[in-house]
Amino acid sequence: MAGAAGPGTGPGAAGGDGDDSLYPIAVLIDELRNEDVQLRLNSIKKLSTIALALGVERTRTELLPFLTDTIYDEDEVLLALAEQLGNFTGLVGGPDFAHCLLPPLESLATVEETVVRDKAVESLRQISQEHTPIALEAHFVPLVKRLASGDWFTSRTSACGLFSVCYPRASNAVKAEIRQHFRSLCSDDTPMVRRAAASKLGEFAKVLELDSVKSEIVPLFTNLASDEQDSVRLLAVEACVSIAQLLSQEDLEALVMPTLRQAAEDKSWRVRYMVADKFSELQKAVGPKITLNDLIPAFQNLLKDCEAEVRAAAAHKVKELCENLPPEGRETIIMNQILPFIKELVSDTNQHVKSALASVIMGLSTILGKENTIEHLLPLFLAQLKDECPEVRLNIISNLDCVNEVIGIRQLSQSLLPAIVELAEDAKWRVRLAIIEYMPLLAGQLGVQFFDEKLNSLCMAWLVDHVYAIREAATNNLMKLVKKFGTEWAQNTIVPKVLVMASDPNYLHRMTTLFCINALSEACGQEITTKQMLPIVLKMAGDQVANVRFNVAKSLQKIGPILDTDALQEEVKPVLQKLGQDEDVDVKYFAQEALSVLALA
Amino acid sequence: MMPGIGVLTQDTLWCFSQVKGTIEIGATEADIISTVEFNHTGELLATGDKGGRVVIFQREQESKNQVHRRGEYNVYSTFQSHEPEFDYLKSLEIEEKINKIRWLPQQNAAYFLLSTNDKTVKLWKVSERDKRPEGYNLKDEEGRLRDPATITTLRVPVLRPMDLMVEATPRRVFANAHTYHINSISVNSDYETYMSADDLRINLWNFEITNQSFNIVDIKPANMEELTEVITAAEFHPHHCNSFVYSSSKGTIRLCDMRASALCDRHSKFFEEPEDPSNRSFFSEIISSISDVKFSHSGRYIMTRDYLTVKVWDLNMENRPIETYQVHDYLRSKLCSLYENDCIFDKFECVWNGSDSVIMTGSYNNFFRMFDRNTKRDVTLEASRENSKPRAILKPRKVCVGGKRRKDEISVDSLDFSKKILHTAWHPSENIIAVAATNNLYIFQDKVN
Repeated sequence: MAGAAGPGTGPGAAGGDGDDSLYPIAVLIDELRNEDVQLRLNSIKKLSTIALALGVERTRTELLPFLTDTIYDEDEVLLALAEQLGNFTGLVGGPDFAHCLLPPLESLATVEETVVRDKAVESLRQISQEHTPIALEAHFVPLVKRLASGDWFTSRTSACGLFSVCYPRASNAVKAEIRQHFRSLCSDDTPMVRRAAASKLGEFAKVLELDSVKSEIVPLFTNLASDEQDSVRLLAVEACVSIAQLLSQEDLEALVMPTLRQAAEDKSWRVRYMVADKFSELQKAVGPKITLNDLIPAFQNLLKDCEAEVRAAAAHKVKELCENLPPEGRETIIMNQILPFIKELVSDTNQHVKSALASVIMGLSTILGKENTIEHLLPLFLAQLKDECPEVRLNIISNLDCVNEVIGIRQLSQSLLPAIVELAEDAKWRVRLAIIEYMPLLAGQLGVQFFDEKLNSLCMAWLVDHVYAIREAATNNLMKLVKKFGTEWAQNTIVPKVLVMASDPNYLHRMTTLFCINALSEACGQEITTKQMLPIVLKMAGDQVANVRFNVAKSLQKIGPILDTDALQEEVKPVLQKLGQDEDVDVKYFAQEALSVLALA
Repeated sequence: MMPGIGVLTQDTLWCFSQVKGTIEIGATEADIISTVEFNHTGELLATGDKGGRVVIFQREQESKNQVHRRGEYNVYSTFQSHEPEFDYLKSLEIEEKINKIRWLPQQNAAYFLLSTNDKTVKLWKVSERDKRPEGYNLKDEEGRLRDPATITTLRVPVLRPMDLMVEATPRRVFANAHTYHINSISVNSDYETYMSADDLRINLWNFEITNQSFNIVDIKPANMEELTEVITAAEFHPHHCNSFVYSSSKGTIRLCDMRASALCDRHSKFFEEPEDPSNRSFFSEIISSISDVKFSHSGRYIMTRDYLTVKVWDLNMENRPIETYQVHDYLRSKLCSLYENDCIFDKFECVWNGSDSVIMTGSYNNFFRMFDRNTKRDVTLEASRENSKPRAILKPRKVCVGGKRRKDEISVDSLDFSKKILHTAWHPSENIIAVAATNNLYIFQDKVN
C-alpha cells in the first residue's frame, strides 16, 4: 500500500505526489462502466489494483456496494467479477471483514448464467474458509439459508453447493438446520434444484457424521434415485459412488445396493448409461465382493442393453473393469463372465459400439497373457480388422502396441496389411489422414524390412493424393519415418523417389517435392541436403509456375541454415537474387524475405 | 384459487377489454401477428409478427379506484427478434417471421422466452433496470473531460434510482440444425432442454449448449420421392419429461418415450381415427392434416386441430378421439373454392383454458369458437372493432347454411376468408383470452358483476 500517508485522501489511498499515480486508477474505475465490454472486463480483472488504491475501508463502503448492484453486465464480466471476489479477503481488511464480500457474491449466485453462478459459489466456498466460526454462523450460514429458501430456483441451486463447506464448522444446532434445508431442497418442486441437490449429495454426505449419513442421506439418495424425472435419477448414480465409500460392506449391501441394482435396470436408458459410464468408480467404491456378486451381472446386462448408447458406454469400460478385478481369479472371471459378452459385441449392429470396444479391447491382452490372447482375443482382433466400419479398424491399429508387448505383432501382420491398405485407400480423406498418423508407430513395430516391402509404396502414394491435407500429412509422415529408420535408409528409399517428382508435369506434385525437402532436410542432415536436395531446388527456380518459384524461395530459406557458407554464397544467393527480380510480386517478396533471413542481402 | 374458472360450466359472458395494433386498414404485411403466448403466470403476454418483432405486454396491477380497468395489458417491451437472412448455399431467403414463442419457467427476476423463425431459435432475456451508476473521475457531471492534474481523490460510482428501463437481450442463438422449416418449439418440464420440430425432424437442445443438438425423430425417407407425410407440430408432456407427441399431415399423432431409446423413431403410442369411407373425397387428406397439437394442463389429454374440427384424445385410448367438435362444418361444401384460394392450407391453432374444461380455436371472418367440454355448449364470437367499447359484451354469431337467413345471421357466402383467426391464447388461470386478428390483438375477459 504505497503512499498510505497521503494527505487528504482516504486511508490507504495513493497520495503524495499522487496525482500522477491516481490517474491510472481513476481510468480503471471509470472504465468499470465503459461501453466497451473488453474495457470493462479489463477493469474488473484489475479490481484488486482499484481496491488497493481505495484502501480497505472505501473498498468495503463504496466499491463493494457498487459491485453488488452491477449484476446487469455481460456474462464474461460477471464471471471475472465472481472470480476476483474469491481472492478479495485481504483487500477488505482480512478475515474479520470477509463477510463484506457476501452481498455481491450473493447477487451473482442468483444470475441465470450457470458458469457465473458456479463461479460465485466457488468463490463463496473459498471465502467461507476465511470466516471465523462465529462469523460463519453470523453471516455465512444466514446467507446459505437465504439462498436455500429463495423465491427463484437459481438461488436455491446455488445454495446446494454451499452446505458442505459450512457444515463441519457449525454448532450442533445449526448443523441440524443445515441438514433440514438440504432435505427440503432434495424434494424441491423444480427439477433444476433437485438436480443440483442430487449432484451435491455425495459431497455433503462426506462431511456428515456417519449416523446422519445412514439416517438422512441414504433416504434422500433413495428418493432422488426414484425421482419421476430421469434427469434427476441419473445424478443419483454419481452420488452413489461417494456414499458407498463411506459405508461398511454390510451397510452398503443393505442401504445402497438395492438402489444401485434398480438404477442398472432403470426404465430410462440415460440412467443405465450413467451406470455404465460410472462403472469403474462404482466398482472401486463397492469393493471386490459386491463387484463379483452384483456388478458383474449388471455389467453383462449393460453390454447387451437394447440401447446402443448404453452398450457403447459399457464397452468403453471393459478394460478398466478387468484391470480393477482382484488379481486372484481375475483370469477365470474374465474368461467365463466377460469374454462371451465381448465376443457378441464384436459383431454388434451399431458401429459406435464396435468402435468403443475396439478402442479398449487390445488392452485385455496384457491382463490375459500370451496364450489366452492368441487363442481367444486374436480371432476377435482379426475380425475387427476386417470390420466394415473404418473407425473400428483404426482403433485396433492405433492400439497395436498393447498386443505387440504380449504376442508380438507378427501374429497379426498378415491380417494387418490388407486392413491398412484398405484404410489407406478409403474414399473418405479423413480416414486416410487417420491411418497416416499411425504409420510411424506401425513402422516401428513392424520393422524396416516389412515396411519397405509392404508399406513404403503406400507412403509414397499419399504424396500425390488429390487432397492437400493428405499430401501435407504424408510429408510429415516421411520426416517421422526418417527419424525412426535413419538417414541411410532415407537416402536409399525415400529421397530418390521424392526428387523424381520435381519434374512431374503436375505443378502440385512439384511443390510436394519442395514440401518434402522442407520436412526432410533437417532429419537428413547437411550432406544429403547439400548434395542431393539443393541442386533440385535450385533447378526448380526456373519453373514456369510462380507458385513453385516462390516455394523455392521459401524452401531455400528453410534449408539455408543446414547448408554450409560456401553453398549459401555461391549457389543459393545468386538464385535468390534472380528470384528477387521476378516478375511475380509474391516470388519477389519471398525471395527478398529469404535473402534477409539468411543474411545474404 | 383460480377465480372465474367455476363460472365456465355456465355460459360465460365475454366482454371486450382491449385492442392493440393500428386501426388503419392498410396495415403492412410485417405487422401481421404470427403467434400469441401468455407466460406461466399470465402476467405477461407475448406476440410475434411477420416482421420478426416480439412485443411483450404486461398486466397492470389492479387499481381500486378504476374498477373497470381490471388488469389491462400494456406494452412492456418490444424488440426485433429475427432479421431477414439469405442462405447463400441454397439461394434461399429466410423470412424473419416469428413462427412460435415459448416462455421459460421463471428462474430469477428476469423473464426468458424462446422465439423461432423458420431456421433459428433464440433465447431472449427480458429484464428490468431501475438504477444507474453516476460519477466519473475523468469527466464532470456534464461529461466534460477533467484535467488529470486536478484529480486528487478517487470517486467510486454511486447507483442512483432512475426510470424503469426494460431491456431485451439475446442470450443464446440455436442455429444451423434445421434443413426444413421449424413449425414448433416446446420447453421440457425438466427445465433444461427443449425441442424444435421441422417438417421431417425433431431436435432436442440443452438451453446451455448452442453448438450441438440431438436428433430424436427423423422421418426423412432415403428417397424423397417416397415422402408421404410431414411433421406438423410437436409438444412435450407438461409433467413427464420423457414423453412428447408429434402430429403429422396424415392426421395421426405419435407419442414417444425418450427413456426407451436415444432415437425415438419408434413411437410408444399411435393415435389415429379410422377414416369414414362415406366422407372420402379429393380433399380428405388435406383437411385431415393436423395443424396444432396441445397437451391439456393436466397432461391426460391431447387436443388436435385439423381443418374442420378440434379433437380431444385421451392418452389411454389410441383408436379414436373421445371428443370431436365441428369448428365450421358449413365449409365442407366449399372446400373446392377454399382449395383454389389456398385457404384450405391455413394452419389454425387451438388452446385449452386453465382448467382444461373449455377449448378455443379460430375460424374465418374474424370468428373464433369456444367449446365447453362439460356442457357441450359452443359459441361463435367475433373479434371486431365495431363493439370495441370497454366492457361491451360480445354477441354470439351465427352462420346460416342455405335456406332462409334470419336476422343477426351471416350467410356462408358472405364470410370474409381473408380475415382469419389462426392464433389465440388463454390466460393460464383466468378467463382472459388474447385473439390475434391479422394485425390486431384483441383481449377479452369474462364479465365480472
